[in-house]
Parts: sequence; structure tokens; C-alpha cells
Amino acid sequence: MPETIMNALIELEEEFYKAAEDEEFIKEYRYYLKEYCGRPTPLYYAENLTKKLGGAKLYLKREDLNHTGAHKINNVMGQILLAKRMGKKKVIAETGAGQHGVATATGAAMFGMECEIYMGEEDIRRQSLNVFKMKVLGAKVISVTSGTATLKDAVNEAMRSWVASIEDTFYVMGSVVGPHPYPTMVRDFQRVIGDETREQILEKEGRLPGYVIACVGGGSNSMGIFYPFIEDKAVKLIGVEAAGLGLDTGKHAASMAKGSAGVLHGMMTYLLQDEEGQIMDVYSISAGLDYPGVGPEHAQLKDSKRAEYLSITDIEALEAFGELCRTEGIIPALESSHGLAYAMKLAPDLAKDELVVVNLSGRGDKDIDTIAKIMGVGI
Amino acid sequence: MNRIDAAFDRLRKENRKAMISFITAGDPDLDATVELVLAMEQGGADIIELGVPYSDPLADGAVIQASSARALKAGARITGIMDTVRTIRKQSKVPLVFLVYYNSVFKYGVESFISEAGSAGIDGLIIPDLPIEERKDIIEIGDKYGVYLIPLVAPTSKDRIQKITENGRGFVYCVSTAGVTGVRQSLNTDIKEYMNIVSGYTKLPKALGFGISGPEMAQSYKAYCEGIIVGSAIVRTAAEAETRETMIEGVRSFVSRIKEVL
Repeated sequence: MPETIMNALIELEEEFYKAAEDEEFIKEYRYYLKEYCGRPTPLYYAENLTKKLGGAKLYLKREDLNHTGAHKINNVMGQILLAKRMGKKKVIAETGAGQHGVATATGAAMFGMECEIYMGEEDIRRQSLNVFKMKVLGAKVISVTSGTATLKDAVNEAMRSWVASIEDTFYVMGSVVGPHPYPTMVRDFQRVIGDETREQILEKEGRLPGYVIACVGGGSNSMGIFYPFIEDKAVKLIGVEAAGLGLDTGKHAASMAKGSAGVLHGMMTYLLQDEEGQIMDVYSISAGLDYPGVGPEHAQLKDSKRAEYLSITDIEALEAFGELCRTEGIIPALESSHGLAYAMKLAPDLAKDELVVVNLSGRGDKDIDTIAKIMGVGI
Repeated sequence: MNRIDAAFDRLRKENRKAMISFITAGDPDLDATVELVLAMEQGGADIIELGVPYSDPLADGAVIQASSARALKAGARITGIMDTVRTIRKQSKVPLVFLVYYNSVFKYGVESFISEAGSAGIDGLIIPDLPIEERKDIIEIGDKYGVYLIPLVAPTSKDRIQKITENGRGFVYCVSTAGVTGVRQSLNTDIKEYMNIVSGYTKLPKALGFGISGPEMAQSYKAYCEGIIVGSAIVRTAAEAETRETMIEGVRSFVSRIKEVL
């Protein structure tokens, strides 16, 4: 990280740890999660899909039912409250699929803060609905044309802007990535997903699941649901990356499967890079998974073998998307469809009393244009 | 003696300030880099920074980002840049410093990168995204191969300045303003006060960079520091030239106009 922002990071770290111990802060955070975001989200037994697959019992953690349509709001509420506590009047954020951008614009609107969202030009094209939502919510959306014009470049540009406005601006990071304390802080604001899941499955089934599965881009929804299960060694944690057109095509975003250790955005982790450390172009049908790195704590979970990381192609994700729409009447985000696709591959081979939880991290409304185009339908 | 120290010693005796110029290695190609370095030296540059192009130059503004992208597209690689440094060293004794992002050094292998850079003729490294907390090993490895790790301070550094400069080598790169590199019309920092604060912590020469557009700004800030760093304005001059000849001559004359006031 550039020296210019080091003191701001140190200050943020101190404030975050203070807030995390402050009962008033925690109470306020929980209040907004409940009254404003609609938590707890249900842990839904997908009975139709379970019967169709004929194996393990499939549960869906319905993060898609959150206000703004994805898990992103959990973290935004925490960070916006922290920004407010620190007296900041302006927030900036990067966004890929636009879910974090919409969530940040929402939080900023409610707390009366100025808001700027950095988004790659390519993602603006793919996610026009979310771009419009951010504008309606009063945020300024800044198109990023540098590099590959996707999430990575949006992070670069948001950080550059942050460096220039460090005194009065709070950077709301959208995933468990970036310099410390962001990966820790975002994890702690997302662990509510796993805490609820653990409690709900114990209530419904009286035991822990055999598998917890979630998609991984930067890794916030997966870290959020994994974290409270880390000490439960019998629970297998599976992160699903985007294999795009296939792992051997060079058109994917599977930084765990195909990456190597490197430093980007202030973190050391697995990155998709060439032998001289130049970050490579990544691809996925889903804009939210389209990132050349992964949160450093995921890299640690991979190295310690506590979690396993696999990948799912565009086509497999699309099939899972269609299947969930038809069998359960739930339109999932393309990101979440990756996790779901792996669960659908796995479930038929498991015993009927095995429990599998999939984090349905977001809803698919934002992807309808993309899907319609693939189906050749004009809407 | 490290060529950077020698340059500041000489300047002190001459009662002049250092002109530190920057170009991206490999933009538009590595042959041009050799010619541009020699032209800048001829124009009066006392120290020359060579940017190692990177895919994600977080500390750079639009001008240097574009330059970095052009260099990568033209095929600049670290091995080729090391060769270019060797070629320059056959013809010049000007102090050379790499401006390199940490991942390039890390992925190449920290010790391999520094030893190769040192033997090719590099005198120092500026790593703009590596904070003091992560610098210890590199300072030590640099000392082993005679390559200085140049410390960076920013107007927001405050109480960190002491720690940053106490293990400093060569000079202190004083980032002029909160923000990224790029040509600016004016600086919003009180440079006099900022430089005074830095001087309170270190005897190292202070070089002011980021946003300095040309001779006028160099003139107004030179009293407070021992060197002026100009990057984007030079890169832009080179990029706007229509022919190779006018590019080389344009950069030489731009550098000499700044050196004249220092």
C-alpha cells in the first residue's frame, strides 16, 4: 500500500477494534441488520431439488432475501456505521456485479453520506440495472476504463481516489480483500451468515451439516458462511470459483486453481499472474466472480487444507440457474449459481441423511439481461 | 560510493538542487529508453528513475498508467529492462533508480531481482506500494548488493516519518500531495512546513515529487528541498512527440529547462 494511506489504515484498524468491543455499536449494527435488512434470512430446505437429485438434503441460506438482494448489505451496514462513528461524510466503493455498489449507495442514502461508486466499463455494460439503481439512490457511478475495465481495475481506481481524498473519505471495501484490516473486518461483518446458519441447522436437524458450499470471487459470502464452522472439523467447507469457459482455456477466474502467490491491493494471496507478476485478464459470465485474486484468509484455508476450492464453468452455472428457477421458483444470482452447481454435482452421490448447505448469496434479477441474451430472447 | 550519494555530494558543493527525471522503461520501446536516458543526462538530469511497467500501477495517475500499458504492449519484460540498464551503463555514469511495484520484485524473487539490478548498474529502488512495515528485508538485501531502497514519505505520514527515514538510504522521496502521480497546476500542501517537518527527522537529501509540471513549479519549491522529481510531465512530452527525433530532443530540452532553474 502507498505510504499516503498507511495512517488511515492504522486509524481504521484501531477504530474497528474499538467498535467491535463497543456494545452500543454492536447493538446498532444488529438493529439495522434486523429492522432494515430483514435478517435473519431463512435457511430453506430445498425439498423439490433434493428429491430430484435423489441424494443429500439440500439447504439454501437465503441471502438473496436480504434488502438490496444479496449478502453485500451485511458488510456495508457495518462499515457505514463505522464511517459514521469516525465522522466521515463521504464513502467510496468499488463494485463488480453492482451488488456491493447498490448496497453501499443504499447505506449512504440512509445515513445521508455522499457516495461514489467505481465500476469497470465492461461491468457497467453487463449490469445496467444495478447501475441505474445506484443512480436512483443518489450515488455517482464512475466508469473505469483502465486495464481490463472490470472489478480489479475498479479497486485500483477507487484506491487511487481514496489516496487523494484520504482525510474525509471512508473506503467501503466490498469483499474480504485489500489491506488489513479489511479482510478481517469484512469477514466479521459477514460472519452473521454462518452464525445464523449454524444455529438454524441445529434447530432444524439437531446436527451440523456435512458440507457448506459457497461461491468465491473475492470471497466475502463464502468467508461469512465458513468462518463460524472452521472449528467444526467434520464440516467440509467448499469454495467454488469461476472456471469460465474452462480451466484450460485461459478464460476463467480461478485464482486458487491456477494462481500463484503474489501481492495485489495490499494483500498477499493467490493471484492469476504471469511469471513476472503482471496480473492477467480474468473472465467469468458472472461479474461478481471476475477478480484475479482471492481474500488472503481463503488462501490460508486452502494451504491449511481446512477448506477445499473447486471450480464450475459458465455452462454448469447456467444449468444450475435454470434448475433452481424451475424446481424451487427461486431465481439465483449467477455468482451463487456456481456454488449451487457444485452442490448439485455432489448431492446425488451422497447418502440421503447427509446435509448440504449452499449459500445462496444473491438473487438473479440483475442477471436477467445476460441470461436472456444467452437464450436469444430480447427483453 | 553509491552514485546517488556522489550526485548529492557534488550538488551540495555546486550549491545546486538535483533534477530527478522519470520515464517508463520500454515506452515506446527499450531502444528508445536508452536514447531517452542519455538525452536526459545530457539535458542535466542528476538522477534518472526508470519505471518498471506494471499491470496495476496503484500509485500512478493516468499519464504513467498509459505509459506503463504501452510499454507492456510493446513487450517490455524485466529481463529486457535489465539488459537495457547494462547498455546504458556502458555509456553513462548517471545514477539510475528503478521505480518498481512490489509484486514485480516479489514474483521475480526479491534477492534475484536486487542482485541482478545491482550488477546491471541500478543504484536504488523506489517501491511505491511497500510500506515501512514490510521493508526491512529489502533494505538488508539491497545493502548486500549496493542497491539503496529509497524511503518514501507523504504529507499524511506525520509520526511515521521518523521510522521511515531512520533506515533511509540515498534520499527521501517526499510525495508532495495526497494523491497519485500526474501533472498538476499547483500543490495543495504547505511544502515549506512539510519539508521542515521531514528535515526535523533526517539529514538525508529530500526530493519532492508528484504533480510537478515544469520549471515554474520547480523554481517555487526548490528552496525547501535538495531535489525535484518530474515524471508525468516528461512522459507526456515524450508521448506527444510526433517523431522519434522530436521525442528525444523534446525530452532533452524539457529536462534542461527544469535543470536551469535548480
